[in-house]
Amino acid sequence: MELDPVLLSRIQFAFVVSFHAIFPVFTIGLASYIAVLEGLAFKTKNPSWVKLSAFWTKVFAVVFGMGVVSGIVMSFQFGTNWSNFAQASANFLGPMLSYEVVTAFFLEAAFLGVLLFGRDKVPAGVHLFAAVMVATGTFISSFWILSANSWMHTPAGTEFRDGVFFVTSWSEAIFNPSFPYRFSHMVVASFLTGSFVVAGVSAWYLLRKREVEANRRALSMSLWLILVLAPTQAVIGDFHGLNTLEHQPMKVAAMEGNWETSRNVPLLLFAIPDQENQTNHFEVAIPSLASLILTHEWDGEVPGLNEVAVDEQPPVAIVFWSFRVMVGLGMLMILFGLAGLVLRAGGRYWRTPWFLHGLRFMSLTPFVAVLAGWFVTEIGRAPWLVYGLMNQSEAVTPSLTGGMALFSLIGYIVVYALVFSAGVYYLMRVLYVGMEDDDVEEGYEAERPKRPFSATHVPFEIDDQDRHKPLNQGGN
Amino acid sequence: MELFDLALIWAFIIGFGIIMYVLMDGFDLGIGILFPFAPKEEDRDTMMNTVAPVWDGNETWLVLGGAGLLAAFPLVYSTILPALYIGVFLLLAGLIFRGVAFEFRFKARTSRYLWNWAFAGGSTVASFAQGAVVGAYIQGFEITNRVYTGGALDWLTPFTVLTGFGLMAGYALLGSTWLIMKTEGRLQDWAYRITIPLLLGVLVVFAMISVWTPFVDEMVKDRWFSNLSIIWILPVLALLCAFQIFRSVRNRFEGMPFVATVGLFIFTYLGLIVSRWPYVVPPEITLWDASSAYGSQLFLLLGLLFVIPIVLVYTAWTYWVFRGKVRAGEGYH
Repeated sequence: MELDPVLLSRIQFAFVVSFHAIFPVFTIGLASYIAVLEGLAFKTKNPSWVKLSAFWTKVFAVVFGMGVVSGIVMSFQFGTNWSNFAQASANFLGPMLSYEVVTAFFLEAAFLGVLLFGRDKVPAGVHLFAAVMVATGTFISSFWILSANSWMHTPAGTEFRDGVFFVTSWSEAIFNPSFPYRFSHMVVASFLTGSFVVAGVSAWYLLRKREVEANRRALSMSLWLILVLAPTQAVIGDFHGLNTLEHQPMKVAAMEGNWETSRNVPLLLFAIPDQENQTNHFEVAIPSLASLILTHEWDGEVPGLNEVAVDEQPPVAIVFWSFRVMVGLGMLMILFGLAGLVLRAGGRYWRTPWFLHGLRFMSLTPFVAVLAGWFVTEIGRAPWLVYGLMNQSEAVTPSLTGGMALFSLIGYIVVYALVFSAGVYYLMRVLYVGMEDDDVEEGYEAERPKRPFSATHVPFEIDDQDRHKPLNQGGN
Repeated sequence: MELFDLALIWAFIIGFGIIMYVLMDGFDLGIGILFPFAPKEEDRDTMMNTVAPVWDGNETWLVLGGAGLLAAFPLVYSTILPALYIGVFLLLAGLIFRGVAFEFRFKARTSRYLWNWAFAGGSTVASFAQGAVVGAYIQGFEITNRVYTGGALDWLTPFTVLTGFGLMAGYALLGSTWLIMKTEGRLQDWAYRITIPLLLGVLVVFAMISVWTPFVDEMVKDRWFSNLSIIWILPVLALLCAFQIFRSVRNRFEGMPFVATVGLFIFTYLGLIVSRWPYVVPPEITLWDASSAYGSQLFLLLGLLFVIPIVLVYTAWTYWVFRGKVRAGEGYH
């Protein structure tokens, strides 16, 4: 079998970027949550807030550390596998990616150390300021990255000349047409991720009756956020979809599984898209609803995949199903937000076992939804890398052979599997040990600022002390 | 209006970033290379403690270099990375393992030996890969129409294997002299003992590379043997530094061996630059050919001029805070 370097490079990029993405998606939301907790602690002096903030800062440290490690790989992927793309787009993407790196370093250099290690060493106001700056820094970082990514979807402010993009207007290029939608969609996704993880972990502690007072407050906060943000995200997503319809109609056609341009297009709840025969099997549909959603008219015209040649269509099935996974999970999130509101009557939201168990499960769903959303938008851009201007086979490294790409793909899978199973395992240990034993290992390990994991004192292995930890009597 | 030669300014910034990276990550990679040979496990704890507060700050220079290269000299980024495809993978995999080992070894007890291996193995592989990159750079790259057209393993030749081992020895030397400066007692004695053999190893490779290079590339030979005799000051200064390492170890000075090793690296690095200047992708592409658009270089420069001084001040401050000896059984407080 002939190994295709383009396909293997796409899989490799998808693999490393998906792995990387789950960490910042979480830390962006969590950083803001910590800043809010610090603000509440500063204002009310209530020890619950301090306890929550100290605990979630530890979690933040571990996740941030893993994000940095996986991020190093990303800054070389464009050169190793997509060198023609790198060369063509460097005039714009180079400064964007560099500014992202610079922002992250500046943030790390100046404020992360104070947030992680400075609680008792600097005045409370300075600590709060550091927390706010770390949160701000995560936004600025994602601003640059999402601007660069959006430009690949809706290139603007540049001129394509002799195979190279030249910037004609920085403001038009940075604030390109899809950027505002993608940025807000992603920021809200990060907040939702943070909310659901905090809710799920708090629910788990509440089920075990550990630190009930603090975790009840944390759960309440995140449920309010979910109640507001989950529906907001649906609205932003709708606007984002309309923007995509305007600029990348074939992506929308793939999302809807719509093969032919027509009016009164039904919304497909289920279908098995068959790209070879350019049709769907086993359709379950609601008549005219896709037309209504996309054009706000029952008989609005929706573009179909037949408008372009078959080899210019994105892979339909994966886009179609990723979109349904994302939207389905989004609906589930809205339902949980509403359930939380209903259960507030009589203060049942933190004592209802089925609800708490459900939230434990839901803490994983934002990650799946975010990755599914990225699959929709990135695979939906295929076969283009820079939409309409540069396709994937023009962009790939010319000297790259299938064998080399396969070697590095397998290599990255092995490295990430080893490293991140250790990381996730350790994160679980941090959660398990919880917020009661803030100084489990005091004296065992000295504080070493500048290293994120130093912010936790949790040992790597399960030891006897943990095994004897009473499960049903928390430290409150 | 192009007031300044931005390409030149950028060449200086990236060149500065590279030597900062080589020196600063060099000694902590060197600690990793020496790790398995340390006398006792508690010495390994101490060795790691001497670099723990600073190592990840050191690696940030690498990421900054990668991104800066894409922005300022995209042609370098888009030709050298494909040429070194496998090597870049090994480098990154090595750096990931040792980075994670740093974090987890301190938390681990029964699994500690695994993290020891991850740290030592990752550091060794990453150092070798970087040395091979230097060799590949001296060799030159096969470029047609601004695109790399060579094979996957062109970079791996006897010459680059030699430079790979050479840089490993060099990093180990930086590591051992760092330990002389930062430790005392048994560990320091051990560091003194291994420094001279490491220095001899570096000098042997240094001599072999010097003799071999003119045969590898004609242009480098011309540069050194025709008109520019002033540049011979660089290898002379490098050798003076080597002598200074030797002398200061004999006299058991504590700070001088490290300072002289840094000097040895700087003069060798400058020698490498003058061998190839102004070519950034030898043998054909100069730094002006490789530059991105003027506006792009300017756009990023404005931000960097603001951030780099802050990073430098912060870095200096970190080293100042963690100055002094690290003793067995204690980290920094």
